[in-house]
Amino acid sequence: MGISATETAAARVQAFLAKRGKGVGLRLGVKTTGCSGLAYKIEFVDTPANDDHKFDSNGISIFVDSKSLQFLDGTVLDYTKEGLQEGFKFTNPNVKDECGCGESFTV
Amino acid sequence: MALLQIAEPDMSGAPHQHNVAIGIDLGTTNSLVATVKSGEATVLCDSNGARLIPSMVNYGDDRLSVGHEALRLRISDPANTLVSIKRFMGRGFADLDPDVVYPYKFVAKSDANIQINTRAGIKNPIAVSADILTYLRKLAVESLGEEPSGVVITVPAYFDDAQRQATKYAGELAGLKVLRLLNEPTAAAIAYGLDNKQDGTFLVYDLGGGTLDVSILRLNQGVFEVLSVSGDTQLGGDDFDHRLYCYILEKANLSQLTDEDTAQLLSRAKLLKEQLAEKEKVAFSAVLSNKRIVNLTISRTEYETIVKYLVQKTIQPLKKALRDAKLDKDQLDEIIMVGGSTRMLAIRQAVTEFFGRAPLTSINPDEVVAIGAGIQADILVGNKKDDWLLLDVTPLSLGVETMGGLVEKIIPRNSTIPVVRAQDFTTYKDGQTAMSVHVVQGERELVKDCRSLAKFTLRGIPPMVAGQARIRISYQIDADGLLSVQAKEMTSGVVAQIEVKPSYGLNDEQIGAMLQASISHASEDIQQRQYQEALVDARAILDSVEKALIADADLLDEAELTQINHACMKLRIAIEQKPLELDSAGKKIRQLVEELNHATDSFAAKRMDKAINQALTGKEIADIDN
Repeated sequence: MGISATETAAARVQAFLAKRGKGVGLRLGVKTTGCSGLAYKIEFVDTPANDDHKFDSNGISIFVDSKSLQFLDGTVLDYTKEGLQEGFKFTNPNVKDECGCGESFTV
Repeated sequence: MALLQIAEPDMSGAPHQHNVAIGIDLGTTNSLVATVKSGEATVLCDSNGARLIPSMVNYGDDRLSVGHEALRLRISDPANTLVSIKRFMGRGFADLDPDVVYPYKFVAKSDANIQINTRAGIKNPIAVSADILTYLRKLAVESLGEEPSGVVITVPAYFDDAQRQATKYAGELAGLKVLRLLNEPTAAAIAYGLDNKQDGTFLVYDLGGGTLDVSILRLNQGVFEVLSVSGDTQLGGDDFDHRLYCYILEKANLSQLTDEDTAQLLSRAKLLKEQLAEKEKVAFSAVLSNKRIVNLTISRTEYETIVKYLVQKTIQPLKKALRDAKLDKDQLDEIIMVGGSTRMLAIRQAVTEFFGRAPLTSINPDEVVAIGAGIQADILVGNKKDDWLLLDVTPLSLGVETMGGLVEKIIPRNSTIPVVRAQDFTTYKDGQTAMSVHVVQGERELVKDCRSLAKFTLRGIPPMVAGQARIRISYQIDADGLLSVQAKEMTSGVVAQIEVKPSYGLNDEQIGAMLQASISHASEDIQQRQYQEALVDARAILDSVEKALIADADLLDEAELTQINHACMKLRIAIEQKPLELDSAGKKIRQLVEELNHATDSFAAKRMDKAINQALTGKEIADIDN
């Protein structure tokens, strides 16, 4: 399965990386906090870790650590606009339930 | 689900704690909000996609309108539509320009802050600014999906403490956590990433709608310092519009326009100006209210000819700013263009020509200040690891007690920290071997009205005549706000020092109260200071006359001696009396000092002759010649 990014998301990530002037890609992960158990994290990557899995999608590299991968496998990262807000959105097939805002979830 | 932004490596917060910070450019004409999303600073839009929000508030019967909505109401309801309120921030009635006619109903109270009667009640500039800031805060919440955790608001570099304090209060009233006020030119420099350098000198040319601000900044070890400010408060983009409008009237042979036509042609002139920044030639046509059609074509060359003198007028303040900062044009590392009017090619060319090099223009000049504020806010809430800007300022002045219970300020309020300042003092008495150093904080002129922070004594000053010793007192505040004070006698090198925490125990409220007191007691303080200074001078002269009499009374005849003694006595009585009224008591003492000075004129001359004679006695003519 793996992890992928939509074209829009990939283009945004490339633009942000270029603006930032450094970094080799994007890290997606999960943290064990939040009102529904797990929460997403999304960060720039300067140096990948040893246990990182690397996925190339639409021209960007996505790094995911082994522990997070079991919760994220199959996830598609998108970039959308909702009203005045815009930002990244996870579409994760593993999610069974999420909190009201969707920022934390259970699998 | 909530939309997410990319964080720096290992800087992801707990969910629902995004730590978003915003920067606000609270402008005279327009305001903007910016934030850093996924590492990129962007200006936020309102629901109509507008980024520039007019800094205007209309107070309706049951409705408060801010921004574009207020702009629309301005023509029909000028008395309740407050514009350019920034010009009133922290100002009193006395500061109002008598030549400007305002459409507002001011509440007449001569010594108080400016207050305006509106349909919604009495409003002061802080409350009006707070209404604008509340609007901007809501815009940010809509766009970010949550309340910002902190804000940086920009202010002009020339804003004084009252104006800064007023801006900060407005932010707090709007429910914002004001992390810091940032100078507008500094924000522009930060937007261009110039703060990443170790040091440098930058000139910021900010031509807005109604004002021109020129600032020269020095970056030293990551801290920006304003070296000089200059400008023209009555020169801006509006003047260029008006010049073009007049030219249109002239060219189309128009006169006696209705208000409606004037408004129409003025806004068309503004548009025309903006188009001429991109095109060589622009066709212009308008239908007037009397059905007359105006058709014109205006070329950029024509436009540049008619505004030439305005362009040149913006160059004068550049020279003044350089002169005040004691700098040469080629000592500047960068020139930054700020303000929508700097899009005009004629302006860019004139600035390029003046400096002999191209200014920085890559960031949208309307947005550059807000972007810098956004970047600074992002750093201040801790979203970036290894970048910590030390741009804090001292809330109150720090000074030292001098003779007569007076305060000599060493570090003025609002100095950026870290800071080091030193001043030289001297001894008051002959043979004085110790000096007590009393460190005080506050804005008042007298020690008893300020807050005492620490006291220590410098001992071991070599005995010298009064006024001969040079004692350097230096105040240093480090990045954490810790003050250390050192006193050093320069000839012998003896040193004494102490460390204090200057803001210890003072909260915002107390600082506010102290500031308030310094403003309301200003004239009383000055009289008190003048009186105390007169006392110190009087005691010093009495002391020296007494000593001279002990040494050389034999040089005087009886009449002279009586006259001097008499003058001394009168002065002694005057300084020992409790003053009924400070102003006249101070003047009286000054006058008696003058009289004593006069009475001792010939005595001083005789003593001088004697000293010279003594020095010359027993020397050969040849020695004297040398």
